[in-house]
Amino acid sequence: MELSEHLFRRESGRLVAALTRIFGVHNLAVAEDVVQDAFCRALEVWKVRGVPANPSAWLMAVAKNRALDVVRKARTARTFAPELARVLESEWTLAPAVDEAFASAVIHDEQLKMMFSCCHPRLSEQAQVALMLNILCGFGASEVAAAFLVGRAAAEKQISRGKKVLAGAKRLFDLGDAEFGSRLTAVRRALYLLFNEGYHSASAERAVRAELCGEAIRLTMLLLEAPAAAQPETYALAALMCLQAARLPARIDAAGDLSPLLEQDRSRWDGQLVEKGVAFLDRPASGRVVSAYHLEAAIAAAHATARSVEATDWRAIVQLYDRLMAVAPSPVVALNRAIAIAQCEGPDRGLEALLTIEDVGRLRSYPFYPAAIGELELRRGNRSAARGHFFSAAALARNPVERRFLERRAGECANE
Amino acid sequence: MTQFLYLYRMTDSARQEAMGTPASAQQSMQRWMTWLSELDAKGHLKDRGQPLERTGKVVRGKNAVTDGPYTEAKDLVGGFTLVEARDIDQAVELSRGCPILDGGGSVEVRPVMKMDF
Repeated sequence: MELSEHLFRRESGRLVAALTRIFGVHNLAVAEDVVQDAFCRALEVWKVRGVPANPSAWLMAVAKNRALDVVRKARTARTFAPELARVLESEWTLAPAVDEAFASAVIHDEQLKMMFSCCHPRLSEQAQVALMLNILCGFGASEVAAAFLVGRAAAEKQISRGKKVLAGAKRLFDLGDAEFGSRLTAVRRALYLLFNEGYHSASAERAVRAELCGEAIRLTMLLLEAPAAAQPETYALAALMCLQAARLPARIDAAGDLSPLLEQDRSRWDGQLVEKGVAFLDRPASGRVVSAYHLEAAIAAAHATARSVEATDWRAIVQLYDRLMAVAPSPVVALNRAIAIAQCEGPDRGLEALLTIEDVGRLRSYPFYPAAIGELELRRGNRSAARGHFFSAAALARNPVERRFLERRAGECANE
Repeated sequence: MTQFLYLYRMTDSARQEAMGTPASAQQSMQRWMTWLSELDAKGHLKDRGQPLERTGKVVRGKNAVTDGPYTEAKDLVGGFTLVEARDIDQAVELSRGCPILDGGGSVEVRPVMKMDF
């Protein structure tokens, strides 16, 4: 029996959600201990006896038994989930209640509630993402730290503070709550950040980044299964993630070097993800609000469905960037818009757009701003100017892969 | 070929530590599966053995039955496997790949006594 990829991480999120239903969110630590115990037991038994035919069911059975033990031992000393208080009191109803908490539909709902709970307005966006990664995706503090390039202590503090806020809320967020709409916006935003952290982050660890994108997509799919959350904006977010993720395999070439969009081997794009993304984007939606997610997804679709750089509809992409600038202006969006302008109107116009970006100070430490200037200077034939810009970009590189790429570009400017 | 018993020993804290995060548990599990299947593929695996509970009873003298003296024991036997090897040197060599060694645990290699009659 093979071990499916990420089995323990996936099961961690599911089991914690089920156990939280029994123990209450104020006893999240108890739920986590039970899961830890179940995993320890699985390791000891499986490593000698081999992985059972249904590892998830095995883990669930152990977690259920442990949960029963915990409730029996502590029911006089502790209060568990307030809504289950009566049921947990009696032996007659205890076992069925525990069974029910582990039913797949219930686990699904609890994970959703947990997702909404993690996006508590008292937490910063990054803390919300850290908390989701920890509770729903089974990332340890050190793994969260690696994902965000922060110290382990900082990640631990962020997670434990987040858990205090969860516990303070007494119960998980109710999807019927009046605040559902604003919380859903926050959930989408957090998932978007999680995805971007994986897609664009400075972390050199390729495996970590792909995992973050994978988790963002998984949680977004979970969100889409909730009828109230399956709104046009959520579909647009899902589309955006699929279309971007489709290009991930080609972003690093065979030699481990960064490969920019214009040079990517398009045969390495994931065709299935492109199809999935386009289908999400094409979903007929009533009362369509064109959100930033829609526009970003449409841009990603224009790239993902183009056979080559030349076959790309750059004019449509510029228009989409114009609209995106109107809805969600940012210097990074402006930078990408300038690159698209250069593609359809030539490097002079592109450079002009680059140099007139508002709020350009926010790009001061972003290596791809000087790199873009360098690229366009190179196309105009100003080799030495281009070279200088690539060197400034390389000085800002956030990891060895970026540095190698930018230094190579600078080197290429010298060749006639 | 001689049979050898591998006794896997580990302290409780090292055991918790080895568990770590779900991702590290997964890696640890993967390493065990690889190691045991390699032993098996080379024909050294006689019996996969069994894991053992961490608690039990110890019977001493006539009437003394106590809960396991496990607090005294630095490292507990967490399980065992029966292997076949040419000699103790080879049995030791084969045990070097055991993932428990990465987590501060140990493998005790004991020849099964040969019966001459």
